[in-house]
Amino acid sequence: MSVLRNAVFLAAIAGLFAGIAMTGLQTFFTVPLILEAETYEAGANAAHGHAHEHGHEDAAASGHHHNEDAWAPADGAERTIYTALANVVTGVGFGLLLVAVSELAGGISSWRQGLVWGFAGFAVFTLAPGLGLPPELPGMPAADLLARQTWWIATVCATAGGLALIAFGRQPLLAVLGVALIIAPHFVGAPQPATHDTAVPAELHHSFVVAVTLTNLVFWVLLGAAVGILRTRFAEGLGAARSSFA
Amino acid sequence: MTASTTLGAAESVRSRLFPLLLAGLLGTFIVGFVGFAQSDVLHNAGHDYRHSMAFPCH
Repeated sequence: MSVLRNAVFLAAIAGLFAGIAMTGLQTFFTVPLILEAETYEAGANAAHGHAHEHGHEDAAASGHHHNEDAWAPADGAERTIYTALANVVTGVGFGLLLVAVSELAGGISSWRQGLVWGFAGFAVFTLAPGLGLPPELPGMPAADLLARQTWWIATVCATAGGLALIAFGRQPLLAVLGVALIIAPHFVGAPQPATHDTAVPAELHHSFVVAVTLTNLVFWVLLGAAVGILRTRFAEGLGAARSSFA
Repeated sequence: MTASTTLGAAESVRSRLFPLLLAGLLGTFIVGFVGFAQSDVLHNAGHDYRHSMAFPCH
């Protein structure tokens, strides 16, 4: 089980680092836009002249349907701490996926290779699903949640499989199949809301899409580079010699 | 020589396959749980994170 132990240690350290860095980036670039959008969300509810108990119907119409009484972290430090926790935990999760897949392909042996693997992770988890389902701000309309989650997961799997076929497929035909696999989910199309009407200004949403995409890019290249740098310490335990990309 | 190297590599891949699959599965579970779990409390705790990672959330 030393392979698993080493993979977990490697992913944990790289994920901790990338998750903390991501929290810093989000604090400056995405969270302020989320907070600004929430003022429009609240404003839209108030403008409709509904009392609080009717707010739920409003919320349902805008795709927002949550139990208002459920616990939520207090704004400020507490909210930031939970965001940081989510970033670190998923940083480790994404790190595990990155280490597992890259080890099967021979392992990331330098920070530069790590950047390339990081770009692949960015393409799989941010770029491809974001084309059909752009990052949403609170208060924006959206299609059925389950349909969107299904499309998101299918797109992530198809893009990962497609990239793997392009990078590691031995036959030219496999590369062609890889490209087709990456295109397919967009050919099918992501579930879209019935209406795109929202109180959230288009410029704010555009800034948010750019901020989310770029912060995720930085997160993934940091994660990939960190794995590449740290891996030399774990390579023996991972049971793999230094080896080339393919 | 080439044949034995290939054989050794195949053996090493086989013994590493299970723990690496396990690591990948663990990662998928963690990301899926934090990104997609439907509990209101989890949703509220990870709200800004989910928006910032563009997870389809609500």
